[in-house]
Amino acid sequence: MWFAKGDVSVSPDHHNHDHDHVGAGPPLSDAQLRVKALESLLIDKGLVDPAALDRLIEAYETKIGPRNGARVVARAWLDPAYRQRLLADGSAAIAELGYTGREGEDIVVLENTPRVHNLVVCTLCSCYPWPVLGLPPVWYKAAPYRSRAVIDPRGVLREFGLEVAADVEVRVWDSTADQRYLVLPERPAGTEGMSEEELATLVTRDSMIGVGKAAPPDPRPPS
Amino acid sequence: MNGVHDMGGMHGMGPIDTKPDEPVFHADWERRTLAILFASMFLGRWNGHIRRQALEQMPAAEYLATSYYEHWLWGLEKLLVDNGILTPEEIAARLAGRPVSLAQPPTGLQVLEASEVAKFVQARRGARMDDTVPPRFRVGDRVFARNTNPVGHTRLPRYARGRCGVVNRDHGVFVFPDAMAAERRREPQHCYSVRFDARELWGAETPAHDAVYIDLFDPYLEPA
Repeated sequence: MWFAKGDVSVSPDHHNHDHDHVGAGPPLSDAQLRVKALESLLIDKGLVDPAALDRLIEAYETKIGPRNGARVVARAWLDPAYRQRLLADGSAAIAELGYTGREGEDIVVLENTPRVHNLVVCTLCSCYPWPVLGLPPVWYKAAPYRSRAVIDPRGVLREFGLEVAADVEVRVWDSTADQRYLVLPERPAGTEGMSEEELATLVTRDSMIGVGKAAPPDPRPPS
Repeated sequence: MNGVHDMGGMHGMGPIDTKPDEPVFHADWERRTLAILFASMFLGRWNGHIRRQALEQMPAAEYLATSYYEHWLWGLEKLLVDNGILTPEEIAARLAGRPVSLAQPPTGLQVLEASEVAKFVQARRGARMDDTVPPRFRVGDRVFARNTNPVGHTRLPRYARGRCGVVNRDHGVFVFPDAMAAERRREPQHCYSVRFDARELWGAETPAHDAVYIDLFDPYLEPA
């Protein structure tokens, strides 16, 4: 986790917590108490419906996530006409599969090829294509990725275990406005004959941000 | 503003905590923060541009020392107080477990009902505008990003200012974030994808054919 390494001046209570559970978020006490205070006040004033809060959480925890994007990618791998529509007008082609909504009104799809590797970042905040990828992972919103993706994308990719050859063009897309970017990763070798559902299982979240490649298929057991 | 949120090109932020399979939420308070944030946005007093501007007011040292959900929570509290929906006294009392009499919130707030959530999640924000505005630039034009240092909200990152690029795509007409955040005005402006050679941004040691594409609004650009 990147916060409170001891070299940053913060309020004292930020230093008194156990950071062993990496990624578990910030100091429990302050944020937890504060969100409870805000929630209870808004409910008491009749401005927030607790049942609506539960439904919002359910939507973003169970319905909206990278499985949606994986289906889009698998369809594009199988259907050349769909792939063309997806590259020409991302949001419209994605809406064909039923994925629309907040933070995905204008999605641009970027195709990775043997010559071009695309990588997506939001240096200013945390812009991310929610309808197809869900809420962004912690690292996407954190300083190390946001600061270095634009100045040293090849180094960043190495941190994710991906070495991009010198003759491949690396394109970084900084999501500074209303467009949201989805990477269409290359289809892995050895996937001929696989169904859309099978292909979708190979499409990782990271491959659709551009910090990874789609997973290779499991080796078939010898027949 | 030249805030710490404008991070592109900085060094010294440490290694990336790469995780292939992290949960959507790491703690229940993150769930609650997201839900309250959305339900509060539905009240109708602010939009995404104004919310981002609020987040940018977080003191720099605190911003660097906290997680993104803490940024959201900080910005939410500021917006609720700035809009007279909650008072600092109410929040302080609730945090201390003291009783407090609740102030009357402003009128005209819209409460998100559970039955409306699905529609809310699917809703378009309306950032794209139908206004016909002549674009000042065409695809292929050489442009440079203005060297400007506004103290208010802007989506022109520092690392692009003063640098030359080529218009790669005209995305169409959108609400100009700077005017929305400053004056709550829906000013229609073209937004372009501009390609900057990595060497133009970062110098001669950078691989020659790499590039950064930045989405930039018309007023950020001048002909090169």
